[in-house]
Amino acid sequence: MEPLLAYRHVRLIRRFEERLVGLKTDGLILGSMHLCNGQEAIPVGACACLEQRDALTVTYRGHGWAIARGLPLAQLFAELQGRASELSGGLGGSPYFCSARHGFLGENSIVGAGVPIAMGAALASYFDGSGSVSLVAIGDGALNQGAVHEGLNMAGTMRLPLVVVVENNVYSELTPVRDMIPTATLVERAPMYGMAPATIDGNDVDAVESAVRQAVERARSGGGPSLIEAHTERLVGHYDLDPQHYRPAGEIEDAMTREPVGRLRSVIGDAEADRIDDEVEQELDAAVAASHNVPFPTTESVTEHLYA
Amino acid sequence: MQTLPETRELTYMQAVTEAQRWALETYPEAIVFGEDIGLPGGPYGSTKGLRKAFGERVFDTPISESAILGGAIGAAMRGRRPIVEIMFADFFLVALDQLVNQAANVRFLSRGEFTAPITVRSQQGFTPGSCAQHSQSLEAIFAHTPGLRIGLPADAERAYTMLRAAIASDDPVIVVESRALYQQKREVRLGGPVEAVGGARVVREGSDVTIVSWSRMVGEALTAADRLAERGIRAEVVDLCWLSPLDMGTVLDSVRRTSRLVIAHEANLTGGFGAEIAARVVTDGFDLLDAPIGRVGAPDIRVPASPALQQALMPNSESIVAAVDRLASF
Repeated sequence: MEPLLAYRHVRLIRRFEERLVGLKTDGLILGSMHLCNGQEAIPVGACACLEQRDALTVTYRGHGWAIARGLPLAQLFAELQGRASELSGGLGGSPYFCSARHGFLGENSIVGAGVPIAMGAALASYFDGSGSVSLVAIGDGALNQGAVHEGLNMAGTMRLPLVVVVENNVYSELTPVRDMIPTATLVERAPMYGMAPATIDGNDVDAVESAVRQAVERARSGGGPSLIEAHTERLVGHYDLDPQHYRPAGEIEDAMTREPVGRLRSVIGDAEADRIDDEVEQELDAAVAASHNVPFPTTESVTEHLYA
Repeated sequence: MQTLPETRELTYMQAVTEAQRWALETYPEAIVFGEDIGLPGGPYGSTKGLRKAFGERVFDTPISESAILGGAIGAAMRGRRPIVEIMFADFFLVALDQLVNQAANVRFLSRGEFTAPITVRSQQGFTPGSCAQHSQSLEAIFAHTPGLRIGLPADAERAYTMLRAAIASDDPVIVVESRALYQQKREVRLGGPVEAVGGARVVREGSDVTIVSWSRMVGEALTAADRLAERGIRAEVVDLCWLSPLDMGTVLDSVRRTSRLVIAHEANLTGGFGAEIAARVVTDGFDLLDAPIGRVGAPDIRVPASPALQQALMPNSESIVAAVDRLASF
């Protein structure tokens, strides 16, 4: 991806989430949020490879994916405030963004549950001949859930057009991933499911884009599913109020030397970066302002969409 | 030219197969999958011949209940109309997330932009020698979950009709069959209009007591009604058919006629769906009742395999008669 554009996207996601912290302090957002600070390059690089017809499912740490997939910022802000957004109408909140128009099948609080669902979307593609690809993003912890193995096994067995991106941010919630798996890497599980493996620097937009594009093309041409392990680091807690006592001193400072926003800033230079920063702030100002015009939901809305 | 509905004598299991055949013929987007349901035709034969007739739209999956249910959800969200089988209702428990957390939320969280028109077939209940993990009656779990529909057919005609209604519905619907009834035969009218999901029915009229039941216990209730009739007690039997949506109108109308109510199900008594019906009748029809409400269900035990123990402990027509007799003193 062109570096100016890449910077603009990762900066937008970073600042979107930093704005959320402010909105929460102001009492406009209630409930916990799982922020993706530091991991922005993965959704930006991956979504650049997806077409309108493709399907995407992610986990509760999915704000970045929703933005990269093109969901409207004002509606995202509105949903987070419990307003009647065009997304979940205030019924979902932070961890359940979804939008049929964007082929965004949704975030999920059950960390591995999106894998069988994405596999099902790939199954639909197999039958409808649309040529669409299904991409699912999960965390390193999710790879230890049973439903994930079932979904991967079935996708591999049927050679379904599925791309699985594992965002390995070192921690499975509050526990280091290395303490939770018997193998040196996560990606070495891929061949067991007949999946093409790849390991990438998840803080490098180009590396993400290149690996995902290869996997998407493989899937679209009938080559079957892929599993990509993208290494990254979380610059914030598991959830927004996580005190992170479990993290060694200096770890986040060290990670700051590798994170995607600063990295791309050094590529494009401060002058261009400052200019883009201003544009991003204006865009976010407008989106926040627009979100405040979205009404709160009516009580009827909770039963309107339970059944057909 | 309009084809006339055809009436045939079918077993309960064949009725299930015919409903799926209808679905595959009617909906190009319908797909049928599950464990052993393709080439083998299902462990009990309820998908027999469908693979041969419809090719890869009917296919076998690994032993992976989460993948079956999650796969159905994802495929449904992308335009397919999946009909999947969970071999034994007990196996729902290894993949409950996909129904309770996932399927039930699809429409709710997307304001109807996404729907999950999936039909999940399963079968449950005890049969002689059936083991502890192949014999439970778990319908209350699904009836407790907003966003899901659940029905339990009591005979072959109901199996055909209710399964077609489930498949035509745009909601996630669970149809739990009764293994004990699979070989029972009945005249079934094939084709014809498709019913909506929901609606109870009075299967025998009476004026002295209402027996509300579903699935296999409807047959037991009818047997109980025959025995009671020999003693001059006229029992009305209501087949609830669907626990969600729940047709309380039919139940209350019947109690209005009889003033006495017994609810009979195969599931454990504590927390069973009979408690829900009893509570609603007391709340909305307290003045209709001349006696306390009787409840019949399995004692709160694990289902024993021994046929001798099953006969002694599990509910049947005799326990229903006994429950009716207990109301007689009021």
